[in-house]
Amino acid sequence: MQANLLKTAGRADAKVTNRSELTRRLVAKLKHEEAVVGGIGHSHFDLWAAGQRPQNFYMLGSMGLAAPIALGVAIAQPQRQVFALEGDGSLLMQLGALGTIASVNPKNLAVFVWDNGSYQITGGQPTLTASSVDLAAVARGAGIARSTWALDEAHFDALVDAALEGNGPLFVAVRTDDAPPAGVTERDANKIRTRFMEGVQGKGA
Amino acid sequence: MPEEMAGRPGETWDEVVVRVLKSHRVRLIAYVPDKVLAPLIRRVAADDFFTVVNPAREEEAVGIVSGAYMAGLRGMVLMQTSGFATLANVLASLAVPCQIPVLMMVSERGTLGDHQFGQAIVCRTMRPILQTLGIEHFAIERLQDVEFVVDRMIRQAFLTQAAATIILSPLLTNRGTKH
Repeated sequence: MQANLLKTAGRADAKVTNRSELTRRLVAKLKHEEAVVGGIGHSHFDLWAAGQRPQNFYMLGSMGLAAPIALGVAIAQPQRQVFALEGDGSLLMQLGALGTIASVNPKNLAVFVWDNGSYQITGGQPTLTASSVDLAAVARGAGIARSTWALDEAHFDALVDAALEGNGPLFVAVRTDDAPPAGVTERDANKIRTRFMEGVQGKGA
Repeated sequence: MPEEMAGRPGETWDEVVVRVLKSHRVRLIAYVPDKVLAPLIRRVAADDFFTVVNPAREEEAVGIVSGAYMAGLRGMVLMQTSGFATLANVLASLAVPCQIPVLMMVSERGTLGDHQFGQAIVCRTMRPILQTLGIEHFAIERLQDVEFVVDRMIRQAFLTQAAATIILSPLLTNRGTKH
């Protein structure tokens, strides 16, 4: 990865982007059956709306666990690139997971966090990122050296390309607006699990 | 019961667990520390067969083992009773509805002479949570039962796509020690 892709700029320096649009841009770059774990709420709604790939896992519950679930996939299949798409409120519930990722140090894992500073799905109450927490700095402090804010859409695209090169772990925080998600995921937990297993293992169980 | 199912002479409970985990190809161990589990943790950490991770929280461990299972790697979470008490949400909203056979091994604290006040209260929540969620569980009290129970509970978990909790009673892990 080019070192100059990693910026030490803080949250205030990052452009506010649109989660649905950037999710579509990320998914459009996936050509090798990469696994994607979409976190609870709007993170997986937009992943679903970007096109239902068998290698997508949509989290109907277990808030905060997109990165740990993705880490488990990355450990099990070191040859497959794995993405976690998580929200700021969710990640704030499980910050220790960043230290776990740093200690395992999987080359094939990238965590992207959509940060709109609010619990959008429950009425827009502020999260801690709206007041003080800088998630890229937290990730860096947890030991993920390749942590950065995406400064704009072009930088985001370059970071997705870098993640696809497999030189991770990579942590990317992305500022997003409060526009609604582009769709709603089908709610059949077992079907989601079965499809994902078929997608990453070529079988149902 | 066949002799090989009653453990081998001279083996400790943790040696038996390691042997049974290997026979079921359970290679990933995610643990949050516990003094009672320390011998098992040392044993798996020193054995190249296992990949061992030590997340900060039990919920994380369940997430890691769930992701690994879906991608073809079998795992188990090790924790103590107070750690299990943090798991109701992830079990109810991930493991149970998705039918992910999360294996859990819990050292039972807070009973039969535990001096930790906090453990003594929170331990009473474990079985009601397991019963409410319909999760198979069994407490092992005797060394000669370790092999049979661990072997059969792992087998059933994967055959029925259901989480399972193997509880290690102080009768197994603490008998004969002085306080």
